[in-house]
Amino acid sequence: MDTTTALFYVFSAVLLGAAFGVITARSTVHGALYLVLAFFSAACVWMLLKAEFLAIALVLVYVGAVMVLFLFVVMMLDINTDSLRQNFWRHFPLAGLVGALIALEMTLVLRGGFDLALAKPLSAAELKLGNTKLLGIEVYTNYLYPLQLAAVLLLVAIIAAIALTLRERKDSRHLDASQQVRAKKADRVRLVKMAAVIEQPSAPAAPPAPEKS
Amino acid sequence: MAGTVTLSHFLSLGAILFALAVIGIFLNRRNLIVLLMAIELMLLAVNLNFVAFSHYLGDMDGQVFVFFILTVAAAESAIGLAILVVLFRNRESINVQELDSLKG
Repeated sequence: MDTTTALFYVFSAVLLGAAFGVITARSTVHGALYLVLAFFSAACVWMLLKAEFLAIALVLVYVGAVMVLFLFVVMMLDINTDSLRQNFWRHFPLAGLVGALIALEMTLVLRGGFDLALAKPLSAAELKLGNTKLLGIEVYTNYLYPLQLAAVLLLVAIIAAIALTLRERKDSRHLDASQQVRAKKADRVRLVKMAAVIEQPSAPAAPPAPEKS
Repeated sequence: MAGTVTLSHFLSLGAILFALAVIGIFLNRRNLIVLLMAIELMLLAVNLNFVAFSHYLGDMDGQVFVFFILTVAAAESAIGLAILVVLFRNRESINVQELDSLKG
C-alpha cells in the first residue's frame, strides 16, 4: 500500500465522518463546522487527483465565503433546535434503506468499469504546463462564453440577495434625496391674504366678586 | 483491493457521500438550514465524480464543469440563505412543517 492509497483512505474516512457529523449534529453551528471539515477533506482528495486549482478554489470559495455566510446566518437567527429535532430518528429506517440503495446502485453501475484504455492521458507537454494553466487555457478559449454567463449569474445573485434582504427600517431617520430635490418653493411657503387685525388693549381685570357672607 | 487507487474508489466515495446527503435530507426534514447543507454535500459528491473522471480520462473539460458548478452553487447558497433570512424575519421559524401557507 503506497502513500497515495493510504492518504486516500485517510481523507475519505475524514470526509465521510464529517458528512455524517453534518447530518446528525445536535446544534446547527456544529453542523456548519463539520461541513467545513468535509469541504477541506474533499479538497485534499482533489489534490490526490492532481486538481490543485479546484482544490484551492474549493477551500477559498467554500470555506472562505459560503461557509462563513452559513455560520453568519446560523448565529444571527435565534433557532430553537430542540423543536426541530423531535422524532429525529423516526424516519431513519426508510432513510437508511434509500441511502443504501442509492449507494449500492451507483457502485454497481460504476464498478462495471469504463473503457479507460480508450482515453488518452495528458501528454507530457500538457503535464508540464500544470493544472492551473491547463484549466485557464480551457476556460478562456473553449469556454469563454459560459464564463461570461457565469459572471452575469453571479451579478444577478448579488442583486437578488441584496434585494431580498433589504428593508426599510421604520425606526431610522433619513433624508430622501430625490424628494428634497423635487421640493419647490410653493410646497414650503404659502402666502395667505387676510384682513389686518388690530390688537385691542386688554381689558382691565374684573374686580373680584364680593364675597358672600 | 490493496495497491493503487482506481477510478472506482473515487466513484464509490462519491456514491457514499451522496447517499449520506440523501439520508441527511430525510433525517433533518424540519431544519431548513441543515437541508441546505445536505444539498451542498450532494454537490460536493457530484463534483468529486467530475474531478475523478477528468483525472482518469485525461480530459480537462470535467474540471471546467466543476468550476462552473462551484459558481452556480455559491450563487444558489447566497440566494437560499437570503430567502431563509427573510422567511425567518416574517415567520419567526425555519421549521419546514410550519411553512404551509401555500397549502389550500
